[in-house]
Amino acid sequence: MNTSNSVLNINEIRNQFPILHQQIEGHPLVYLDNAATTQKPQAVIQAITDFYTQCNANVHRGAHHLSDEATRRYEKARDTVANFIHAHDRKEVIWTSGTTEGINIIANGMAQRLQSVDEVLVTEMEHHANLVTWQQACLRSGATLKIAPIHDDGTLDTEAFAALLSQKTKMVALPHVSNALGTVNPVKELTALSKEQGALVLIDGAQSIAHGNVNVSDIGCDFYVFSGHKLFGPTGIGVLWGKEEVLQDWPVWQTGGEMIATVTYESATWGELPNRLEAGTPNIAGAIALAAAIDWFTSLNLSAVQAHEQALMASALEQAQAFEGLTIIGNAANKMGVLSFILQGCHPADIGFLLDRQGIAIRTGDHCAQPLMRRLNLPGTARASFSVYNTLEEVDALFIALKKVQNMLA
Amino acid sequence: MNLPSSQEIIEDMAFFDDWEQRYQYIIDLGKSIPPIDESLKTNENLVRGCQSNVWLVSTERDGKLQFQADSDAVIVNGLLALVIAVFNDKTMAKILDFDINGYFKALDLERHITPTRGNGLQAIVAKIQAIAKTKM
Repeated sequence: MNTSNSVLNINEIRNQFPILHQQIEGHPLVYLDNAATTQKPQAVIQAITDFYTQCNANVHRGAHHLSDEATRRYEKARDTVANFIHAHDRKEVIWTSGTTEGINIIANGMAQRLQSVDEVLVTEMEHHANLVTWQQACLRSGATLKIAPIHDDGTLDTEAFAALLSQKTKMVALPHVSNALGTVNPVKELTALSKEQGALVLIDGAQSIAHGNVNVSDIGCDFYVFSGHKLFGPTGIGVLWGKEEVLQDWPVWQTGGEMIATVTYESATWGELPNRLEAGTPNIAGAIALAAAIDWFTSLNLSAVQAHEQALMASALEQAQAFEGLTIIGNAANKMGVLSFILQGCHPADIGFLLDRQGIAIRTGDHCAQPLMRRLNLPGTARASFSVYNTLEEVDALFIALKKVQNMLA
Repeated sequence: MNLPSSQEIIEDMAFFDDWEQRYQYIIDLGKSIPPIDESLKTNENLVRGCQSNVWLVSTERDGKLQFQADSDAVIVNGLLALVIAVFNDKTMAKILDFDINGYFKALDLERHITPTRGNGLQAIVAKIQAIAKTKM
């Protein structure tokens, strides 16, 4: 079926998410915590059930039918991911437990290669996963961690970023989209600037992957990492994509079964990509279900998805701007998925609690970005984050409920 | 100012029939709890495991413990007032003996005392009980 001209039927989409159809505290659930994790469509839930009811077996050890079938589905899932992100080759797709593990694989390898004169550059808007990892890699290697500042509106100061780059910069790691502010970074331009100085570039794609087209070849980065659970897939599965020429001799992460070529009592040699970075029995069901999530997502008209999410964001911004006492945190012109805010005289934890009593799920706190909150001089924010299955009515419901919260706390 | 006793709290709360009234009461309690002195807001007095900052200070007089607590979130402050109402000026034995879960059940606020809840009330109760234990 050609869906290229069709608009989204949000009700039909919602009907595929069993969890959305429930009452919380006597109110219909309004799930606006999608930046933390997305809900799962029936197709994903079914893929997990199918795996365990039809072909559960260990992979790559194919002495029998079930193992062959499990391996076929598992490796097909790798193809699905490779196509989805426009990888050059399926070998470049490494299964991880999630974004955090992907960054750790690269940071751990870099820590072995960095010299004390080297520098690593990250930004002021990092999630702890893309900050603490590099901080620790620098502490271990003696390299220096540099922090590219942001402007007060939550956009990256690209001039300062460029000025911090030099021949000493061996690694640049930054988010595609900020989890706390929603800022979309110009990753292609920033990657090009970084490559001019010879740095490797890692993009944290945790917050961008579920919102449309990610094209790693076009970005030109060396590594792109994301989590399955933020892309309608299960928890415990994620992807590290890396350029083949960079990954092929990357320091191994975990050692054990599956990742070796030959083993003696004295030594071992490592296998080829992708296996050399995937020790042990993988999350087979997770990989297969993530592929089901991608198949489900790409069956939608992705430009219609983006248009719908932009409409949700536009409505949220309009209502937020008109809301007395509310301050939007992060005012980048190019913003995706996330509306972070504070309400005068109201602690974010109180906001979150009283919204929950009205069936509305948001996140409150520092969003795993404590240095960013200190930079903004905030104890935390309230964060509503949107996904394709959210409706304009739900955005309205958020602000009606927020009014009640404000009245109660006044 | 005097905070209500636990018995008064239970009677007040029984009077309300919807969540808004109940939480409005907790919010008002939270606003009426006297703030602790800034000098007492130390790392040592900070209770870990809370989404908001919570400080707890205790003193001992005539074999009984007095508590002061403060949070930057007002609902947590109200919940602290509920907790202090039952523990304040009690002997260590009485504190350790008190059925806090039953109390929160009577208030229909069980949700707050479960370990999964991010407001850290359980961490506060655990800290009060630990203080009572060490002073026994």
